[in-house]
Amino acid sequence: MRAWLLTTGLCAAMALGAVWPADAQAPKRGGTLNYMIAADGGPSLDGHKETTYAVLHATAPFYSNLIRVNPENPSSTTDFICDLCTEMPVPTDGGLTFAFKIRGGVQFHDGTPLDAHDVAVSWRRIIFPPEGVSSAREAAYPMVDKIEDPDDRTVIFRLKFPTLSFMPALADPWSFIYSRKVLEKDQHFYERNIMGSGPFKLTSYEIGQAIHGERNPAYYQSGQPYLDGFNGIFAPKQQTRVDAIRADRAALEFRGMSPSARDQLVKELGDQVSVQESDWNCGNVFTPNHKKKPFDDVRVRKALFMAVDQWHGAEALRKIAIVRTVGGLVFPGSPFAATRDELIHFPGYGTDIENARAEARRLLKEAGAEGLTVEMLNRNVDQPYIIVGTWLVDEFRKIGVTVRQNIVPTGPWLEKMRAGDFDLAMEAYCQMVVNPIADSGRYLPHEIYKENFAYHDDPKQVEIYNRMVRETDPAKARVLMRAYENQVINVGAHQLPTLWFYRIVPMRAYVKGWKISNSHYLNQNLANIWLDQ
Amino acid sequence: MSATPADDAPDPRRTVWQSALRFCRREPLGTFGLLLVIIMALTGFSAEWIAPYNPTANDFAAMTEPPSLEHLLGTDQFGRDLMSRIIHGARTALIVGLTSAIFGGFSGLVLGVSSAYFGGKIDLIVQRLSDIVMAFPLIILALAVVAIFGPGVQNVILAITIPLIPRCSRVVRASALTIRSMPYVDAARACGFGHTRIILRHMVPNVMAPFLIMVTSFVGQAILAEASLSYLGLGVQEPVPAWGLMLQGGAEEYASTAPWIAIFPGVAIMLAVLGINLFGDALRDALDPKLRER
Repeated sequence: MRAWLLTTGLCAAMALGAVWPADAQAPKRGGTLNYMIAADGGPSLDGHKETTYAVLHATAPFYSNLIRVNPENPSSTTDFICDLCTEMPVPTDGGLTFAFKIRGGVQFHDGTPLDAHDVAVSWRRIIFPPEGVSSAREAAYPMVDKIEDPDDRTVIFRLKFPTLSFMPALADPWSFIYSRKVLEKDQHFYERNIMGSGPFKLTSYEIGQAIHGERNPAYYQSGQPYLDGFNGIFAPKQQTRVDAIRADRAALEFRGMSPSARDQLVKELGDQVSVQESDWNCGNVFTPNHKKKPFDDVRVRKALFMAVDQWHGAEALRKIAIVRTVGGLVFPGSPFAATRDELIHFPGYGTDIENARAEARRLLKEAGAEGLTVEMLNRNVDQPYIIVGTWLVDEFRKIGVTVRQNIVPTGPWLEKMRAGDFDLAMEAYCQMVVNPIADSGRYLPHEIYKENFAYHDDPKQVEIYNRMVRETDPAKARVLMRAYENQVINVGAHQLPTLWFYRIVPMRAYVKGWKISNSHYLNQNLANIWLDQ
Repeated sequence: MSATPADDAPDPRRTVWQSALRFCRREPLGTFGLLLVIIMALTGFSAEWIAPYNPTANDFAAMTEPPSLEHLLGTDQFGRDLMSRIIHGARTALIVGLTSAIFGGFSGLVLGVSSAYFGGKIDLIVQRLSDIVMAFPLIILALAVVAIFGPGVQNVILAITIPLIPRCSRVVRASALTIRSMPYVDAARACGFGHTRIILRHMVPNVMAPFLIMVTSFVGQAILAEASLSYLGLGVQEPVPAWGLMLQGGAEEYASTAPWIAIFPGVAIMLAVLGINLFGDALRDALDPKLRER
């Protein structure tokens, strides 16, 4: 019997060794992770309302979600796992009904139990926000008809039409599950407070400075989190963050650093630092405010777009900033993305830049907007906002338009855009799981997508989008995507996507368990991170 | 070489040029400072003609190039010519420095002399308000003002001017208090002259020496404050050429691989402030009768 056990054990060990990577280690428990947050704090703490990583990187460790992207495979566009649900549902009614069973025994950090009603109320707040509540991703769920919570353990999503974009949209990392009781008392509680059911409990938050969490001993994922706690430190200046990692005051920042910062850390720290890189489902969007003159004139907007030489800009800026690829509305790696040949017909993508700029000057003259001097609102984050902004300012100078940057911290930047208090703005475009149809919903008019700040109106664009979101044939959907893109960038010249980001995350080599994805929003609850120290 | 007593005596027959030459002979360091200030002023005001390149024009073919014949001080991460940016940056520094110093100085002069002349409740209120403003270090108060009004050249000027006012007012008031009790001021009052005439004709000219010294030192302080605010991202904004702004962003990121991006703007700030301070010290020595007697 002993010999059999020994043999079996050895065989099992050998088999395990064959599939287990040589450097794989069992996670170690303990330690505090210090990480940098590349911003100066967000406008509020409410994940349903906000769109900036400054909020997500600070708050995600405190919350649970219904489903999430597999943290072991976070770049996948299809690999979703349950977080609060017990198993991924099989759709019924021809893809119109998704019924989720909710875990039992889950508690909020105040000790109250979490059930299906909390999940349903939170999702209703996201998809059908009550009056006075702002939901940044409301427009991402046009397919959802209603959400039912027939008992304490069941949540049912009923759709208006079947669509492939529903499940990726449901894996939205911002969809924090809030307490129904808290929301019934105050819908705005979570803008100023944190109280979730995630792997960490809040210990303190100094606005714009740092946020601190400690291990949630009642966390429902077995054995997790591995860390005793974390300190998230806000620092908008990249060099501050690089210095912090160099001096080991912080182990990493999750968002991404510039090529030169990576090279500097690798050169100075050698094997004490490891680097993960990925294409990034993120970009800046140049947005003229259609409510402000002369940007209510399509000729002026188009002229500004035409001044921009994206192809040469990409070659240069990739050396100094976290940008790399020229693209349209869709993540360039996606089958739905426009090819170069499809893009070059749009303003801002032409290959004959001198001709384009001559045409731009003509359009400005025709619109009576020669010698225009305006202000561009930008965010006080150097990578890549200020760099891309500075590049654009010089591109506009080449058609005789003088643009002065108004660079402000994240809070005022968002507040000014939300109030429509700007001429031109450098918006951020960042999405989670690559979900082209849902992602491109962010270009819908402000009336539909509240976080679109072009403040335009375009019924045709909406009509094309509605057809596209209902289309289940990928080839036909791609054709509609081209029409939609043409409407946004060319016909209406509503907004111009600038270069897509490239994510570079240098980190102290002792940080284990975390895997990079094409979104800095994904895989941020820190539950699976451990320190090899 | 020491000056003879005859040199020290004020001579109304001396021309401006003679006085200037005398100043140069007696204050070589101050002269050097003045020279730096003049160079800076000429550079700033003639930037359009002497800068070899457009200071805001990107040149992606020349990114982070070291100093060469083509770019004497090298280029930054956008390929912009550093020499051109420094030359135009002198203008930004001068505009902010001079405007803040002049507005702050004159406001302080008016408040200080009025406060000393009228005394009583006016003096009490002005001085307590000055105490409140002076309780904050210049840069902290400037940061607060920029945080309220936002970045940009005008707001930076406002942010630097406000903390300078009570500093000037306090010094001017101290001098004006002595003058207020002078017999000729009493005589002017007895003759029935109005407050404005007494203040402008009899008091202000007699506080000009400390006032000019203060204003000179304010220019240096304002240039440093502007550079600090821009470095913190709260002053002028990209791509406006400004020395403090040139020290942030790329200068920090490329400090080890392209150190010239940080060194040259730093040297420009150092020379400007050094020049203004040396000149200010020499001006104090020249205008202060006690020091002049040395």
